[in-house]
Amino acid sequence: MATGEATAADQRIALRAPRRRWGEDVIKGALALCALLSVATTIGIVAALFLPAFEFFEEISIVDFITGTNWAPLFAPSSFGVLPLVAGTLLVTAIACAVCMPFGLGAAIYLSEYARARTRKSVKPALEVLAGIPTVVYGYFALTFVGPRLQDLGLPVGVFSALSAGLVMGVMLIPTVASVSEDAMSAVPRDLRDGAYALGSTRLQVATRIVVPAAVSGIIASYVLAISRAVGETMIVLIAAGGQPNLAWNPLEAVQTMTAFVAATGQGDTPTGSIEYKTIFAVGATLFVMTFVMNLLSIRLVRRFREVYE
Amino acid sequence: MVTVPESQTVPVTLPGVNVDAVAERGRPLPARELREVVFDVQGLGVSYSGNMALQDVSLEVYRNFVTAFIGPSGCGKSTFIRCFNHMNALIPGARIHGRILYHEQDLYGTDVDPVEVRKRIGMVFQKPNPFPKSIYDNVAFGPRVLGMTDGLDERVERALHQAALWDEVKDRLKASALGLSGGQQQRLCIARCLAVEPEVILMDEPASALDPIATTRIEDLMHELKRDYTIIVVTHNMQQAARVADMTAFFSVTRGGEGQRTGILIEYDATDKIFTQPSDKRTEDYVTGRFG
Amino acid sequence: MSAVSAGLRSSRRRGVWAGRLFMAFLLLSLAIGFATLLTLVVQVVFKGVEWVDLVLLLEPPSADPQIAGARPAILATIYLGVLLLALTVPLGVGTAIYLEEYANRNRWYNRLLEINIQNLAAVPSIVYGILGLAFLVRGLGLGRVLLAGAMILTLLVLPTVIIAAREAIRAVPDSIRQGAYALGATRWQVVWRQVLPAAVPGIATGSILALSRALGETAPLLLVGALTYVSFNPTLLGDFTALPVQIYQWVARPQPEFRDTLAASGIIVLLVILLAMNALAIWLRNRYERRW
Repeated sequence: MATGEATAADQRIALRAPRRRWGEDVIKGALALCALLSVATTIGIVAALFLPAFEFFEEISIVDFITGTNWAPLFAPSSFGVLPLVAGTLLVTAIACAVCMPFGLGAAIYLSEYARARTRKSVKPALEVLAGIPTVVYGYFALTFVGPRLQDLGLPVGVFSALSAGLVMGVMLIPTVASVSEDAMSAVPRDLRDGAYALGSTRLQVATRIVVPAAVSGIIASYVLAISRAVGETMIVLIAAGGQPNLAWNPLEAVQTMTAFVAATGQGDTPTGSIEYKTIFAVGATLFVMTFVMNLLSIRLVRRFREVYE
Repeated sequence: MVTVPESQTVPVTLPGVNVDAVAERGRPLPARELREVVFDVQGLGVSYSGNMALQDVSLEVYRNFVTAFIGPSGCGKSTFIRCFNHMNALIPGARIHGRILYHEQDLYGTDVDPVEVRKRIGMVFQKPNPFPKSIYDNVAFGPRVLGMTDGLDERVERALHQAALWDEVKDRLKASALGLSGGQQQRLCIARCLAVEPEVILMDEPASALDPIATTRIEDLMHELKRDYTIIVVTHNMQQAARVADMTAFFSVTRGGEGQRTGILIEYDATDKIFTQPSDKRTEDYVTGRFG
Repeated sequence: MSAVSAGLRSSRRRGVWAGRLFMAFLLLSLAIGFATLLTLVVQVVFKGVEWVDLVLLLEPPSADPQIAGARPAILATIYLGVLLLALTVPLGVGTAIYLEEYANRNRWYNRLLEINIQNLAAVPSIVYGILGLAFLVRGLGLGRVLLAGAMILTLLVLPTVIIAAREAIRAVPDSIRQGAYALGATRWQVVWRQVLPAAVPGIATGSILALSRALGETAPLLLVGALTYVSFNPTLLGDFTALPVQIYQWVARPQPEFRDTLAASGIIVLLVILLAMNALAIWLRNRYERRW
């Protein structure tokens, strides 16, 4: 009995950790710090944008900013109506969407419903190359190739136009739409398709009446993401769309987008604290809010199709 | 090539199988008062985010015994075996109710360290899970992380001998473990577990992914290992339980109000008794194949 | 017999044509992307290949297009690449490990962290430029220096690296972790000795791809002051211009020698650098890809 108690006592000591594992705690703390950097980045972005933006709105009425139709911050008398920039952004975005939405979806349907596994394996990464080309290169392409070709077609476009920038941006966004949509379509269970095929449906019917509706939240997510990318894209519009704030909604004319304004103003030596300097942040904040809302929406939609089928 | 004899009466002799261990199967169990209790489970339950997966289990596990947990799928036997080495603690939302005493001390006491527990209570999993490293490094992993690196080569060799794998791998210790057959991989996992010299080995359906020959070798190994170790094995294969286990616990499922399934312990006794004269009707139905 | 086989043939002509039309649209969808890519490359090579020479690679920029080069910009892009690698990989992998191996997903702050990273990955790059302008260049008074550019690009690609690293870590099967835990390894030992070695190829591939995206970025660098005339080799705390910014600078000039030719030759150099990085990433993936 005595020996039994002795062994029990030994075991009791042994199940406890011989010493606290400080190293483990330190490592966990360090890793958590890495993760916190991303939170700090978000806070930094919000602070960097909104603090000067608030100062801006102390000087310029927010109503004038949002509803004003004349953007001329560098002229005297200056005018701070953001609508021309928003219109330029939306115009280019609309043109880009007209390209990337149908063709991105088409590419996704082909990859998910028609292509063999081997074709898919080689075509998909090749398509991704499009998304890997630097945007400054696309800007060059829009300016020096697409613009002149549009003129060759007899369109009355200038050197800079919303159309050339939008078209190139649309092609650039095809992989974005295709990849997210294809993910959503691949997540649609085989059974659904087999059921439709068993009822005598053609591939076309299965693709358009079964798979696309079943993957609709993912497809919408890809569209929202593409819009957000188009709104936030800078270099193509900076190079190819011109620098003229323009509320005419004419794709053949030069326009200035919000991003192009920020880039054009921010690259100079604008003195800190001046009203010109603060416009960067007011416009940047507007841009951030627009893309932020769309990103959250797209994240939520992607999450939904993952929940339904995985 | 190993050929399988057609008649079941001819004993299958395979390299690495200890004939004495096979002969030992018929040995009667020691009397209850001579058995040493390793685990004393008292009213144990496990819940995952509020759903009870296992409820109110009480039993004793004895030293140098093979104890089998059997029952239909979903009866919580795998959940149960994972309580003995704190593996459930890795699942977020898992909660343990009740107590497991390991040599009379609470396995889930406040200052109990999972690492120390797992050092003493090893585990072999359902599917062989060798690390994507060399055979040697697989066996040496445990001793290395636990700081038992003196005489590492001897330790690795000893473990591989004990797992009846040494002769097959001694010339290719530096080769990848993923190149071994399924049965060899599982014996490697057993060797890996033995290398840290645990007291208890938990085996969660260790042969379910293996062919019959590899299964036989694992079962023979269990017979041999129980001289030095205490073994708990979960199996869905009743014949396997009958062949290897000294004690057998039968688990079943009750369905709660919203169709949620909770595992309960039906009967725990000497294996012979469970399979020949069970005291519960449900056990009898299961072992005779009328249910499950 | 013939009636039956006729019945198996398609009876609806309209359906057939609709199918063909649809197929044509799908193929067009793919073709547009590839045709653009091809045209772009042909156009760039056609216009710029003549000027890809030692002058371009070794000379500083100049107002005379005949003797203008991109040496400082190319060097700065290489420096940026090295700095980015040194900054993003530890931070990104650290975050990925935290989220995959440590964070309890049932906690709201960890879920928030995940959404935050997903959202950061989609924030327009110019917004990062504004952050750099406000905090690094003006706020901290760092000035328009290479280090500020590297830091801002780090923040920009970090979410992408984190997402890639998480995928690589998640691809390591759980059985490996369980096996290691069951042998008494601590969490960090499991991560450091099992999970990370198995995830390294995936992490490397994802990081290089993310890096190549970052090196093609122009907009955020414009805001941290890379749009400047630099004729000397870059230093960590000195003025700098990167290759994409140099290209922009040339494209933005009205003279066709700059706008068309020199810009195209700069683009060739940039694309070759990025292509080499992508090829390396693909080679790594194919060489070390492990199927579990």
